[in-house]
Amino acid sequence: MGKVIVVTSGKGGVGKTTSTAALGAALARAGENVVVVDFDVGLRNLDLVMGAERRVVYDLINVVQGVVKLPQALIRDKRIETLFLLPASQTRDKDALTEEGVGRVIAELRTKFDWVICDSPAGIERGATLAMRFADAAIIVANSEVSSVRDSDRIIGLLDSKTVRAEKGERMEKHLLITRFDSTRAARGEMLAIEDVLEILSVPLLGIIPESEAVLRASNLGTPVTICSTDSAPARAYTCAARRLTGEDIAMTIPTDKRGFFNKLFGRRAA
Amino acid sequence: MNLFRFFRPAASAPVARERLQILLEYERKSGSQVDLFNVLREEILAVVSKHANVDPDKVQISVDRGPVFSTIAVDIEIPNSGAKVRASA
Repeated sequence: MGKVIVVTSGKGGVGKTTSTAALGAALARAGENVVVVDFDVGLRNLDLVMGAERRVVYDLINVVQGVVKLPQALIRDKRIETLFLLPASQTRDKDALTEEGVGRVIAELRTKFDWVICDSPAGIERGATLAMRFADAAIIVANSEVSSVRDSDRIIGLLDSKTVRAEKGERMEKHLLITRFDSTRAARGEMLAIEDVLEILSVPLLGIIPESEAVLRASNLGTPVTICSTDSAPARAYTCAARRLTGEDIAMTIPTDKRGFFNKLFGRRAA
Repeated sequence: MNLFRFFRPAASAPVARERLQILLEYERKSGSQVDLFNVLREEILAVVSKHANVDPDKVQISVDRGPVFSTIAVDIEIPNSGAKVRASA
């Protein structure tokens, strides 16, 4: 039976979709069977970040409504054989997803894959609660910044009350993933320190992903950063985070991008 | 600055622009192509079903939308014992 993980944050723009794609690809590269599921009905973007936007025919809602069977809607990644995408629908009708239907699809995905990674929409509305509803574990994506931390706290509250696991009185496994981390600004005291965020949210840390142009480049190209530039700082950070998910014990570090000779010589780019 | 550009990997923004153009052109037409794919699927299935027993759930459709044309591939699983001609003989 596979493990269902929701990637959530409350706040938008913190890096949920990037993280879903990067972690999914990292796990699949390690030989795991992975499906990434886009729950952002009406505003799907995981297909774009995965580079599969030209190949979408059917989506999650088609499967939930029984228009097609699950295998017909899954899109296999062209680079990694064990990586699949289940796209969200572009319909405006958010009620098209029913709890019962989502439960059925998740249960079927669980039998087919080692990892089912659900990319939650921002906010705390229906889409977000449905994405987390059947999860075994949650990755809370946050930036070191006040509004993101506050929204993460609200999401943690929902994870502990609105999920099937919580309702059964079981513990919801939670991991904190700090993204877009800028160590220079953190050192200057312009960003919340990691320790402060950890203390406020009291959720164990899964990884720290440094801010990097490699992430933008990866989404431009439609390739998860863990496939696109495997040596880049965020790719290494995501790969370590993925290994921690599988239970490996890896020391927590913040990888840095290697600077080319000329960049080193002529100083850093404008901040 | 051109010297620096030489040492950097090729710019990714032009790729992003082209991908978006293809995607948005399709999305603005909203739905028409999905309908086309569904019609094609149903009709192709009907033709094949005349000659073989086909399980509609074993039909896999894949598309690839390009800037100039799109391709559609329909994979239909036909059981070896499913040929209707032989079955009726």
